[in-house]
Parts: sequence; C-alpha cells; structure tokens
Amino acid sequence: MVSTTIEDVEPEFLDKVIIRFAGDSGDGMQLAGNRFTDASAAFGNDLATFPSFPAEIRAPAGTLPGVSSFQVQIADFDILTAGDEPDVLVAMNPAALKSNLADLRPMGTIVINTEAFEERNLAKAGYETNPLTDGSLDGYKVIEAPMESLTKEAVKDTGVSGRDVLRSKNMFALGLMAWLYSRPLEPTTQWIEAKFGKKPEVAAANIATLKAGYNFGLTTEATMNSAVSVKPAKLPPGEYTTISGNLSLAWGLIAGAKAAGLPLFYGSYPITPASDILHELSRHKNFGVRTFQAEDEIAAISASIGAAFGGHLAVTGTSGPGLALKSEALSLAMMTELPLIVINVQRGGPSTGLPTKPEQSDLLFAMYGRHGESPLPIVAASSPSDAYDAAIEAIRIALKYMTPVLLLSDNSVATGSEPWRLPERDSLPDFTVRFATKPNGPAGEFLPYVRDPLTFARQWAVPGTPGLEHRIGGLEKEEVSGNVSYNPANHQLMTDTRAWKVANIANDIPPVAVDDPDGARTLVIGWGSTLPVIKAAVRRVRNDGKPVAHVHLRHLNPFPANLGEVLRSYERVLVPELNNGQLIRLLRAEYLVDAVGLNKVSALPFKVTEIETKIREMI
Amino acid sequence: MTTIEYTRGDFQSDQEVRWCPGCGDYTILASVQKFMAASGIVKENAVFISGIGCAARFPYYMSTYGMHSIHGRAPAVATGLATARPDLSVWVVGGDGDMMSIGGNHLIHALRRNVNIKILMFNNQIYGLTKGQYSPTSEVGKRTKSSPMGSIDYPFNPMSLALGAEATFAARTLDMDTKHTVEILEAAYAHQGSAFVEIYQNCNVFNDKAFIALTGKEDRDSNRIYLEHGKPIRFGQDMEKAVIFHNGEATIVDAASVDETAILVHDQTNMTMAFALSRLSHSPTGPTPLGIIRSDDSRPTYDDGVSAQLASAKATKGEGNIDDLIRSLGTWTVK
Repeated sequence: MVSTTIEDVEPEFLDKVIIRFAGDSGDGMQLAGNRFTDASAAFGNDLATFPSFPAEIRAPAGTLPGVSSFQVQIADFDILTAGDEPDVLVAMNPAALKSNLADLRPMGTIVINTEAFEERNLAKAGYETNPLTDGSLDGYKVIEAPMESLTKEAVKDTGVSGRDVLRSKNMFALGLMAWLYSRPLEPTTQWIEAKFGKKPEVAAANIATLKAGYNFGLTTEATMNSAVSVKPAKLPPGEYTTISGNLSLAWGLIAGAKAAGLPLFYGSYPITPASDILHELSRHKNFGVRTFQAEDEIAAISASIGAAFGGHLAVTGTSGPGLALKSEALSLAMMTELPLIVINVQRGGPSTGLPTKPEQSDLLFAMYGRHGESPLPIVAASSPSDAYDAAIEAIRIALKYMTPVLLLSDNSVATGSEPWRLPERDSLPDFTVRFATKPNGPAGEFLPYVRDPLTFARQWAVPGTPGLEHRIGGLEKEEVSGNVSYNPANHQLMTDTRAWKVANIANDIPPVAVDDPDGARTLVIGWGSTLPVIKAAVRRVRNDGKPVAHVHLRHLNPFPANLGEVLRSYERVLVPELNNGQLIRLLRAEYLVDAVGLNKVSALPFKVTEIETKIREMI
Repeated sequence: MTTIEYTRGDFQSDQEVRWCPGCGDYTILASVQKFMAASGIVKENAVFISGIGCAARFPYYMSTYGMHSIHGRAPAVATGLATARPDLSVWVVGGDGDMMSIGGNHLIHALRRNVNIKILMFNNQIYGLTKGQYSPTSEVGKRTKSSPMGSIDYPFNPMSLALGAEATFAARTLDMDTKHTVEILEAAYAHQGSAFVEIYQNCNVFNDKAFIALTGKEDRDSNRIYLEHGKPIRFGQDMEKAVIFHNGEATIVDAASVDETAILVHDQTNMTMAFALSRLSHSPTGPTPLGIIRSDDSRPTYDDGVSAQLASAKATKGEGNIDDLIRSLGTWTVK
C-alpha cells in the first residue's frame, strides 16, 4: 500500500506550477486534467484551467490533429489564468510532444510515455528521428515511463481484459503527477468508485493504475531529484467549489428563474461549446425546468418565444453560427417585447470556424446582427464563476424591461474552470414577476403596448387570463393598442421608444468600477473572458511600481452611464480583445476616444506577457 | 363549474378583416369562429399562432390570444407554448408556402413529436402575399411570375407528407364546405396530439378555380370522396364509384364491377390504409378523399411526456433547491 500523503519526503514548495496533460484524443487527457484539478482544489490551491481539444470527434490516432490537451495552473495565491508556459508537459505520444513542446518553459519537465515513441507513431507525428535519443530534448528534464506495460501489469488481477486494459493508462499519468506534486489520491479514488460503481472491475483497474503511477514516481524518485508541492492558496474566506462556465451559467439560469418565481424553459439545438448548458439543465427537471431539443436553431428560439408568450422564463442558447440563424426570431422577440435570454457561447472564426477554440468575435454581431433598428441589451460573462451572476443579471434586465437580452459567454468561460466562492444560502435576489391580471384600457379592454412610465416596459399578460385576450406579432405596432400600423409617425415613435427603453437601462446598472489604486494615466479596458489575463498583466506591471488602471465591462449595451467620463479621464486607453477590434469600434464611435487596440485571433487566449508588454509600451 | 355560452361574435376581434374580396379565407374564418363558439373551449385559453402570408393574418381577426410570428415558424412557436402551457388550446394557422416551404422542417417535427397543437394549413397552391409565385403544392408546369416557362418543381402531397412525418391526425376539407370544416375542426380538437388539417382554399386573385373539380357544380359530386370511419368508401352522384385495394394500391373502380366485400372499409387508425388513400389524389383535379384520413389516439403527446418527466423528477428527487445544487459537486471551506 502506498500512503497518499508525503510522509517521508519533505517536498520542495513552489508558489505555483503549470501542468499540461497532452495525448491522443482517445487517451483521456481531459479526464486526467480534470481529476488533477479537483484533487488540487480539494487541497486548497487556487487554480485555473485551459482545456483544448480537436473539433473532430476522432481524428486519426497518433496524428497532430488528434492531440487533446488540458492545462492547469495551481498556486498558493489567487492566480487568474491557466498560465502562459507550462512547467511540466505530459506527452502520451510523439504527436502530443511535437505540438506542445514549443510552449514548455526552458528547463521544464517532460513526462514521456516511452512505449508510444515507436517508429509508426514517430512517423505519424512527422519526426524523422526519435526525440528521446537524438538530443533534441537536452535542456529539459525528461521523465520516461513505459506507461503501457506498467498499466498492463497493474490491471492484470482486476478482471479487465482486451481493449479495456489500456483504457486506464491516463490514470498512470495522473498517479505519477500526483506523486510529483504531492497531490492526495483520495479525491480521485473516491471519484473512480462513484463513477464506476456498477463496474467494479473497471474501478479496480483505474485505482490500481493510478497507484501504479504514484508508485512509479515514488520508487524512481532518485531520477527526479525530489517531489515538489504547492501550498494551499490564501483565498478569501468562504465556501468554494470548482466550476466550469457552462455549469455555472446553467445554474444561474435556474437561480434567476427561481428569483423571478417562473418556470424555466430552455430551447436549444446542440452546438459546441454551448451544448453542456442543455445537458446540465436537462438533468434538473425537478426544478421545473423544461428543456426542448429543437430540430434546428430557429425552432429553438421560436419555441422559446412561444414559452415566453405563455409566461415562462424562456432561454435559448447557442454558439456563433446558431445566433445567425436565430436573428429573425430575435427581432420578433424584440418587436413583440417579450422577455427572452439568448446565450451565445462564442467560438473562433466565421462559418464553422474553430468550434472548440476561444474568440470574442461575435460582439458586433450581437450588437447589430438583426434587421431594422433593433438594439438589445448585451451582458457578458467574464469567468467560469462569473457566468452565474451574469445569467441572473440578464434575467433581471429581460423581465424588468420586457426585452430579449443577449448573454455573451465564450469557449474559455464555458469550458474553463476555477474555484468559485459560493453565495450565502438563501441569498437569491427577489424579482418576482407580476403578470397583468386586469384590463388596462379605457373601455375595459387590454392594450398590450401600454408602458410603465419609468422603464417603458409593456405589461406581460399571459394566455389563460380572462379579459386580456390580445394579439402580438412582428408587424409594426401602433403605440398603446398594439394594432398593426404603417403610420409613418408611429413607426418613428415606436422605433425611438424601443431604442430609448434599452438605452435607459444604463441608469439601472452599476457605474463601472475603476481599479486604479495609484492614479494611473493609462487605462486598460476589456470585456468577457480576458478578465483574468488582463488582471494578471496589470498586477505584474503594478508590481514594478508602474501605475495602470483597469476597467472590465459586464454591460456592453447599454454601456454604464459613467463610462464616457472614465475613458476621457485617462491619457491612454488600451483595449485588448480576442478579435480584430470590436469593443474598440463601439467605444470610439460612442465616446470619440482615441483608444488603442491589442487584438489576437489565433484561436488561443492572450498570454499575460502579451498584454503586459503592450501596457509597458504604452505607459 | 359554469359553462360559458359563446356566439360566433365572441370570437370576432375588433380588427377589420382585410383579405381580397372573394378570398376563401373569409369562409374558413367563419367556420373556425363558429366551431370555437360551440366547442366548449374557454375563450381565454385559446391561442392562435401563425407565420407569414395571407392566411397568417388570421390571429388578428380572432378575439382570443394570438401571435403573428415569422415566416414558417408558427409550429415551433406553438410547440414551445403548448409544452410550457399544456392547459391551453393552441392552434396554428398558415398557408402552403409558409408550412411546406420555409416552415417545412418545423411542420414535420411538430407532427413527429405529437405536440398537442392543431395545425390548419390553408392550401391554395400559390403564394398570395408575395403576389403569385408557384408554391410547393403547385402542379408541374404552373406558369407564374417566377416560372414563366412553367414550374419544373414536383409538388408535395400534403397528406402523404404529414403521414410520413408520423402525424397521428390528418384530415382534409374545403373552404366553402362550412359544415364539413366544422366537423373536421371538432375531430381535430378532440384528438389528443398534433392534428394536421389541410383546407383547400381558393385564391381568386392568383390561382382562381384551382379546386374547381371539387367545388364546381358539374363535377363535385363525382370527385368528392367523403371518408367515414367504419364505412365502405363509395362516392359519386349515385354512389356508383368505390375504392378498392388493387396491386397494393388504393384504386377507384365502378362499384358495380366489384364484389361488395372488395370495397375498402375506411379504418382511420390504419396507417397503411391512410397512406394509400393519401395517394389517390396528388392534385385535386379528380376524385379526392375528404375527411379524416388518419386519427390515432394511441400515441402519447409530447407535452404530456414533458409534464410527466417533470412530475417524476420532483417525485424522486424532491423540489429542487438552488443552494444544494450549487454545492452538488462538493465544496471546501477557506477560513
């Protein structure tokens, strides 16, 4: 038996470490990475992750397009990102080594599954000589492990056979990393037992392999100098969980529906990387959640509009191409002034683009991607845990103002994970919806476009309410009565009214909070998933005694009321975005500020150094 | 519980009805209002949803809840409403262009799911609102503004299409036959699940007399095949024609030429028979089945299935609790 804590070896403590698991997409690297993350979370580290996987279901085994990776940074302080350069690379095959080595820091550690480095796999990865023997890995610390034969040996008494034998080799890699970084094994063994409870032989094989990996580390300790560890982080007091953005977004929707006192309806068509929201919501029907897997994106939003008409909190979720298909129906929701949440988990590229890669390039589509004059509120989530609050905020706006709201997430938020300090129990806001129950017209009729004088919201009267029968639709509405109207002055009035209703929300959102402790003259402004990277870059610059201010936007339409004043109070404004300059166009157009963009569309998140370097240039 | 007595007027909205003079839609509107008044449906529980097109103006003229939505999407909007609110009586109204072309996908999936919605498709075999282009039900060779040399598109057979999409109720009627239309609407309403009702509707501006074989005084008796469940299928002025199965297909014969036992007895629960009958007329230029081609109540409805899963989840897991949900992956505490 191996103890799961380091008793006889005092590890060397590091403040942070970045580990990347890389292998073939069938090798279970996402799972290994997630388990390592959870074990580290349970240990008390702060952490951030960056999963990366091919869009193909199964690229040919052993090839470069088939490489899947999972990067995690663990730290004893509140880190913000998954890190720029891994300290350790686990390479399960030559393709994984080849496609990830360039990112590894100089003198970094490489853990190699040696048995995969045979002639055929080397050729598939495009190696002419074996990197294990040709000296190309000089300058790195290489740990070689014959993972396949050791896995076979470990599972031989467990009863698994045939193709199942090598399935658990990711657990070998995980066990080895657990030893190397002094991670406890209990969270993983408990997880395996729960996951494979009905297949005891599979559970036994996974646990045996996990321990074999750990033992391998222990017994070959001499070759690795010593084990290292990262102490628990000093996070603000509270109760934490580790959360990915798609899950917290789904939970935020359930919570927001609860806060409104409405049943939740989620209409969606499967699309990467938004599908997990559908998966998660469909598991929680006991919350009164109805999920509708539609025949296409248009049906998904149309059904949601039907549910909204019926008095449900209606949500539809998708990713970029899906948003395009929804745009006509989104305009209908705008014209009929029904509350609706439209989630867009942005991904890279036009058309099918890069479905599993991050980009923030649908902002202008969210802003303008409809026909006619049809401005809508836009809210963006900036991290996996923030998605919960962003969802609740989108719901609050939609219901209070009777309007569709666009909620932007992206692949980094959706699939990344981080510790989340949970809200207190019973802390949900209360925005209970009050449907219209009585006629509001002078002749005892119901006039659907009578507006609240403060919010300009119309009343929500749902079918089944006696005396409030009314018709809504996509044709232009006459003010108050809602009858079809082609009157020129009426169209001007209604267009202006709808725009004003959205613009007025600026008075109902918090002014932007400027993070500027030192009276800086340079401001960095961002939105969405770049939050942690920008914060880390700002922190590094400040650590050198150089002042720089930071603003991060949750509300992208309308902008907070004080934004113009804030922007104009800085000499220099930097706008980093994972697109070719979308927020910056809006800021320049709205406020006439001479902002500078930092743009990247390489299907990768910003590195902290990229933003840091740009800030230093500008200061 | 008190039963409310309605008249047709209770279902007429204050909006001026604006179809072309002589349009078949007027008669259908009257039939629907007449049916509604007698149906026992509580007025505030009725909802009419439409897409875009002439027929899609229908909800404005009904004094019920309603939505005039967007091109072709009415079945999807109605699916969401019926799923969220199974207590409502949800009706979809649209034309052949709206439902078979731009909205074809939503139509077939609503039927496949058996959502409890009633779909009324006014088929005039032409695009009216966009002024006269051929539609997915127009015959080959149709000359229109967009097909000056004649349409080379092969038309849908709406009944076959609906049955192929697993419709549990499919029926056909004529705009001008108010009595028959009301009967069909009653049957559609009584049916548990999606009901597809094709109503031949005359567009006197762009496709006048498309159904003259069924509506003209001279030919109508010899061309209307009224289907009745459990009755032998005979038609004609003197019931001199009959439908039999021959070589695996429904075939029209002189009744006198076959043995009485050979005449097909209509069984609306039999899908094979329903499909065979749907093939009798592709375009109403000859004998055409009218009435309920298929009605089968044995399949559960989609909205009932959704409600049942919600109830079952609550029964087994209890009412959901947010605080427990967000802690369900395990938590740790920092002091």
